[in-house]
Amino acid sequence: MTDISQTPAAAPAAKPKKGSLFEQDARTKKRNAAESRFKMYGIAAIGIGLLMLIVLVTNIVTAGTGAFQQTFLELNVELKEDKLDKKGNRNIEDIKKVSTFGYAPLIASAIETEVQELGIQTDLSPKEMGKILSKAAQAELRNYVIANPDEIGKTVSFRFLVNSRVDGYMKGRVTRESIANDKSITVAQLDFVDQLRDAGVLYKAFNPDFIFGSDASDQRPEAAGIGVSMLGSLFMMFVVLALALPIGVAASIYLEEFAPQNRLTDIIEVNISNLAAVPSIVFGILGLAVFINYMHLPTSAPLVGGLVLTLMTLPTIIISTRASLKAVPPSIRDAALGVGASKMQAVFHHVLPLAAPGILTGTIIGLAQALGETAPLLLIGMVGFIASNPPDGLVAGFLSPNSAMPAQIYEWSKRADPAFYERAWGGIIILLIFLVTMNTIAVILRRRFERRW
Amino acid sequence: MNDMTRVERAVDSKAIKIAANNVQVYYGETHAIKDVNVEIEDKTVTAFIGPSGCGKSTFLRCLNRMNDTIDICRVQGDILLDGEDIYDKRVDPVQLRAKVGMVFQKPNPFPKSIYDNVAYGPRIHGLAKNKAELDEIVEKSLRRGAIWDEVKDRLDAPGTGLSGGQQQRLCIARAVATEPEVLLMDEPCSALDPIATAQVEELIDELRSRYSVVIVTHSMQQAARVSQKTAFFHLGNLVEFGETGQIFTNPEDPRTESYITGRIG
Repeated sequence: MTDISQTPAAAPAAKPKKGSLFEQDARTKKRNAAESRFKMYGIAAIGIGLLMLIVLVTNIVTAGTGAFQQTFLELNVELKEDKLDKKGNRNIEDIKKVSTFGYAPLIASAIETEVQELGIQTDLSPKEMGKILSKAAQAELRNYVIANPDEIGKTVSFRFLVNSRVDGYMKGRVTRESIANDKSITVAQLDFVDQLRDAGVLYKAFNPDFIFGSDASDQRPEAAGIGVSMLGSLFMMFVVLALALPIGVAASIYLEEFAPQNRLTDIIEVNISNLAAVPSIVFGILGLAVFINYMHLPTSAPLVGGLVLTLMTLPTIIISTRASLKAVPPSIRDAALGVGASKMQAVFHHVLPLAAPGILTGTIIGLAQALGETAPLLLIGMVGFIASNPPDGLVAGFLSPNSAMPAQIYEWSKRADPAFYERAWGGIIILLIFLVTMNTIAVILRRRFERRW
Repeated sequence: MNDMTRVERAVDSKAIKIAANNVQVYYGETHAIKDVNVEIEDKTVTAFIGPSGCGKSTFLRCLNRMNDTIDICRVQGDILLDGEDIYDKRVDPVQLRAKVGMVFQKPNPFPKSIYDNVAYGPRIHGLAKNKAELDEIVEKSLRRGAIWDEVKDRLDAPGTGLSGGQQQRLCIARAVATEPEVLLMDEPCSALDPIATAQVEELIDELRSRYSVVIVTHSMQQAARVSQKTAFFHLGNLVEFGETGQIFTNPEDPRTESYITGRIG
């Protein structure tokens, strides 16, 4: 009796044959240690990547945001009739005869008047005062007068760009010490700028011309904008999309669904994969040789740029399209063929719609890649071209010389004036906004149209 | 005994739908089907049984030229459908497949609505002149697929959202929608649970009244349940072909006996 009641409690637990499960043996410890080490490596790698990204983005943003702001000076300019239209008959041809140079005195006297009105004390001559303005100011004034000849004789309020040194001074890039050897600006002029700023007529403001405007010459960094080269990029992307998408998709469908498996198709396949890895400058020199030297298409034209970038983008599109066609389960093809669809019907009715999100994603990524490409444009003359006038009309958009966004950025980064450096960073911000937008669209499309089966 | 003879006579009186003479199939260098001769009768369920890799599916896919999609596959010999050689140069495989429908191992509805799944075949073959006719074909086919009652209220729902058994019956409905004369089924129940299998088997028995059905199956019980004729394949050879009852109770070839009793395969 006692035995029975005691036995269950007192019975010693059977000793595990291979050690307790509660203790890790040496082998398990080693394996676990290796696993946690590997996890640490992974986390470290991601950490480094993220850190680099953060450094890069902060750098770009801090260096580039300045380009979106520009310093302006408000001036009331009297459009004197005796200077602009001596005959007084408002004949546009006569008005046009007055060169940009002829507008300088108007600006000088406007500043003089403004200084007197504001009660600013300065030793500078009106001409020296006028020099704080951008050289673009005279051109702006002239364009205004030609556009509105009726305004001659009146006093009109303008907001002029100041020159890049003054702008740099307002942004902290230029200091009194740094201009010791600078002939284009004096300490006295900076003092004058301080006075104008305190009076509230000289201030920093958002500058839409940087985004929509055209490039300017070396002398006028403050007037340079990325707008025209953005148009160039846009026209190129148009060419790339119109050519690379149909050619790429047709080629992939043929190779994936119709082509016999033989040596020839194998060779083509290997070559397409290799083409994707060919340096883009090679496509540039190919474009130079074929499109410009042989076919005599115009140099620096977005059409040629687009053709070159099409060559470069095709392999990307073909590879991604084929991958997404391959990802469609063969049972769908069987099902379509089984009910008596022809091969083409099976492909176009069933396979292609299922592969479409992948194809679109590949195309957008290919386009984004093409949008950021500079090297091939170097060889066909789109780099270094100063896109100072927007193209007029669609045909001109494709055929007249233009630049492209990355080419414009490269061009700015080459120029001597540090004010261009800021614009290069600003251009990169705009380019990145485009790329991020395109990639986001790709992700959204994929999410939206992805069908599960 | 009397019953047996009556059934046999009934089977014997049927017309030959498909006749295969000396069919050889090669996958590249591999000789996959060796000299197969078989006659498939109209309005009969013929089962192909045999161990994995014996060539029964390959042979089935020859019957509507689905093997054409495989580059390295070559077919020799004659396969006659109603006396016409389907491998003749003048035959368009697309037209053939409209006559010889197929249901696959894994249910493979199109990722479209139930309605569109069934309507696809009639649409591409121009079987319906207008929407009303198409609706009629879809309903009729879904009824023949024994799935109408389950889906009639949600024809716009995606076909892929149905259960496995429903999907397979939808695929059968899709196959019969084009009014085929022969229905090929490649292990139609292997991905289904027993209940769905029973439903599909019942359906196959009903389909027999209109079509000649050829079914490949791994399950000998299934072959015994649904078929009137059975062909046993082994290593690419057609070992034995005859009445299902006879194959299962009194096989002539020792290999057939070994397979049926579970010693090979």
